[in-house]
Amino acid sequence: MALLDVTDLKTFFHTRAGVVRAVNGVSFSVEKGETLGIVGESGSGKSVACYSLMGLIPKPPGRIESGKALFEGEDLLQMSEAQLNRIRGRRIAMIFQDPMTSLNPFLRIEDQLIEPLLLHGVTDKATARQQALEMLEKVGIPGASRRIRMYPHEFSGGMRQRVMIAMALITDPDLLIADEPTTALDVTVQAQILELIKEMQQQLNMAVIFISHDLGVVAGFCDRVNVMYSGQIVESGATDVIFAQPSHPYNQALQRSIPALQTKGEELFTIEGQPPDLTRPLNGCAFAARCTHATDACGQSAPHLERIGETHWSACLRVQHQEITLTP
Amino acid sequence: MSTTGDPFLKIRGLKTHFPIEKGVLVRKTVATVKAVDGIDLDLKRGEILGLVGESGCGKSTLGRTILQLIEPTEGSVHLDGRCLTDLKGAALREARKDFQMIFQDPYASLNPRMTVYDTLAEALLSHQSIPAGERSQRVAEWMNRVGLSPRFIKKYPHEFSGGQRQRIAIARALVVEPKLLVADEAVSALDVSIQAQIINLLARLSKEMNLTMIFISHDLSVVKHIADRIAVMYLGKIVELGTAEDLFDRPRHPYTQALVSAVPIPDPSKERQRQRMLLPGDPPSPMNPPSGCSFHPRCPHASEVCQQASPPWVQENDRLIACSRLDVVPRI
Amino acid sequence: MSPSEPATPSLSVPPASGHTLQEAEKGHSLWQDAWHRLRKNRMAVLGGVFILIMGLASLIGPAMVTHGFQEQNLELRESPPSSEHWLGTDKLGRDLLARVLYGGRISLTVGLVATAVSLTIGVLYGTLAGFCGGKVDAVMMRLVDILYALPFTIFVILLMVFFGRDIRLMFLAIGAVEWLTMARIVRGQVLSLRKQEFIEACIALGLPLHRIILRHLAPNVLGPVIVYSTLTIPAVMLLEAFLSFLGLGVQEPMCSWGSLIKEGAEIMEEAPWLLIFPGSLFAMTLFSLNFLGDGLRDALDPRASKD
Repeated sequence: MALLDVTDLKTFFHTRAGVVRAVNGVSFSVEKGETLGIVGESGSGKSVACYSLMGLIPKPPGRIESGKALFEGEDLLQMSEAQLNRIRGRRIAMIFQDPMTSLNPFLRIEDQLIEPLLLHGVTDKATARQQALEMLEKVGIPGASRRIRMYPHEFSGGMRQRVMIAMALITDPDLLIADEPTTALDVTVQAQILELIKEMQQQLNMAVIFISHDLGVVAGFCDRVNVMYSGQIVESGATDVIFAQPSHPYNQALQRSIPALQTKGEELFTIEGQPPDLTRPLNGCAFAARCTHATDACGQSAPHLERIGETHWSACLRVQHQEITLTP
Repeated sequence: MSTTGDPFLKIRGLKTHFPIEKGVLVRKTVATVKAVDGIDLDLKRGEILGLVGESGCGKSTLGRTILQLIEPTEGSVHLDGRCLTDLKGAALREARKDFQMIFQDPYASLNPRMTVYDTLAEALLSHQSIPAGERSQRVAEWMNRVGLSPRFIKKYPHEFSGGQRQRIAIARALVVEPKLLVADEAVSALDVSIQAQIINLLARLSKEMNLTMIFISHDLSVVKHIADRIAVMYLGKIVELGTAEDLFDRPRHPYTQALVSAVPIPDPSKERQRQRMLLPGDPPSPMNPPSGCSFHPRCPHASEVCQQASPPWVQENDRLIACSRLDVVPRI
Repeated sequence: MSPSEPATPSLSVPPASGHTLQEAEKGHSLWQDAWHRLRKNRMAVLGGVFILIMGLASLIGPAMVTHGFQEQNLELRESPPSSEHWLGTDKLGRDLLARVLYGGRISLTVGLVATAVSLTIGVLYGTLAGFCGGKVDAVMMRLVDILYALPFTIFVILLMVFFGRDIRLMFLAIGAVEWLTMARIVRGQVLSLRKQEFIEACIALGLPLHRIILRHLAPNVLGPVIVYSTLTIPAVMLLEAFLSFLGLGVQEPMCSWGSLIKEGAEIMEEAPWLLIFPGSLFAMTLFSLNFLGDGLRDALDPRASKD
């Protein structure tokens, strides 16, 4: 049984401007101990999908319209707040993008570290303190015993992110959801943090969902990747295959847009147009308006993810019908 | 770095220090933030220089100091023969049409209560007079030039997307036809696919207008693509300077090597194989920089001499490196 | 890994023809957004409507009521509400309705004028301090701190002693005290705006100082200024009432809500209507202004605008 099995998740926001279909039918699964990357630009729904699982969507204007999210057999979306509280921070942990605002500036690091342990009744205070110190050392904070009584503002950005990782992992969770954890960090610090998460993941045999817009980071870190566009998964598969054999025009275009992979002196490849308005329901494929391979059929029927290889799924109609083959 | 005749942009010994003062009535300087600590640069006309570094390195402060938005503590900046650091008051304001800036946050850099027309017309009229009948036409021309439909001329910044706002900001900077343009993290706040559009736009306009550009970014791959040369900054000083592709492919300074090795490659097989050079610790603050070479506490090749003396400039072909230990630093 | 198709053009919109300006789409300014939000806030709208009615009533009311506010009728003094005097009469037989309407005129005028005075001084002072920063700002704000410490009542009494009891003094006295907070608010707003990149861009363009302040700073400072002004008016009215209550306010035969409440409080047991009517009207006006001010603040909140 998969650790997490999400089926047909739909999260809409009912706003003054219309109904924003942020997550529009997303299904994926995560096995124990594996890293899944969810890649997409802003508006793709990657963050909202994971926040929906954790019950962190503001309930007006957001609403989970439908879907199931089975975590070790129990549906997260049907749980009460009390039931969710027993899972959040204990068996599913989350780390966020901005280390500045994710820590409580009024509490000492030690108090914030032991809080998950005490809240979930894992140990008593004395043992919790001991574990907190060990955890801080594990995440590589120098002089941990001296710094554990300090406040967040006395730490730098990279160190705060390490503290957040320590807080998330102190209860030995089964699943870690990391939402753009390195985006706000300098590139050398980002490298350190990624190594740290990798190490901790192997030590704890933990599954990780890694949300990012950075294909480079995902390439080095994840076993499998889901590429999202406009609230849906458009391509899914093992990392190697996603990069070596892109099978959806959006994925192909996204990879071609990366400056690192393009020859200097030529114009960068760009994706024409703008991301679609999420308040307007579309009949066909959400990417059709910007797709260089689109035909009339693409604008008529809504595509679904279908298997096109052993570990490869694509939601492109033309690829599914083998009308076109895409190259990197 | 030597060119025949005077370089188009000449920067000598530029320093920007911010004193930290304490005291209520009598203020005493207790520390100095040496944000920019001695920069020498020559740029040819039409050249694009990429300025890279991490937080605290001073690249943004350097950009603003060159543009006289921050007053330098020491040093000089000459643009096309004219000394910018000597200018003050009305003379400075008049000269500003020659050097302009694009900022990181596309929303914060536009007045939210002015339409596109208001913003661009104000910029157009700031240094020339245009008869009232022609103004809309000129604004529309520029909107076209940066890829915006003139249909939107009466709209407000919050009605546009990030990429579109950045186009407006670019138009505002370029309507005065400057000689020098500083782009401070101009694409960092945009999505990858939009970044590509804006980079293409900047590269094209820079060629069309023969602009000299300083492109500040923390994203090495973006800079490598657009820049002719790259300067790597660390704690207020330039540690390496060279042609863009060459510097990226064969970095010589240990910090540049670490920086390049930290950039993720969107190619799973390459990513798994590569040996990452991990730097210990965090980028230090420019408040009390280490003695000698400011990089020595984190440098894997540091020795006694690095602690004691500032590193000399070493020239290898077209490359300049500030390092005393180049004999032991491996070639990557 | 180079693209097999030709590189797509970087312009996301095709270039337009010459006659584009006629077809230009209208933009929605942030003010329009705020107005929409305000209209949706029921309490704020109710408050606004009430103020308008009250303002109109106190403006034309005294002329339309059958009795003058000074007209004494000693036969009918301290009589409860009747068909002749809808709100009753006071201890000199004067019609309470007329007095309440006239008093409203005085109270509202004091509120508006004193707020206008404090606004003018406060905005100028605060903008200067915020924009100059550094030592100038420090000195200017220390002066504000010192003035804050002055006890208001004693200040007014001193003014009254030296210049006699003139209602115009009241405008000045109150305005001179209220500007302090306005200055602080404006200064804070200017300080945060100064760091915004669009102000830096103005400096980079070489725009002259007066243009930056008037065209760029001022419109963006307006939001909190409007909100705070709307909330200053009730505060000022309360101050005036307080002064009148102490006997330092308007003199007979002029009346304000404050003086009416004072009179009413004195004979509260025998003629409760003399306290209830002015008191409740005053309270409702204060509520309305506060609701309106709250609504304005929510409506003008930049975080609520589209981004």
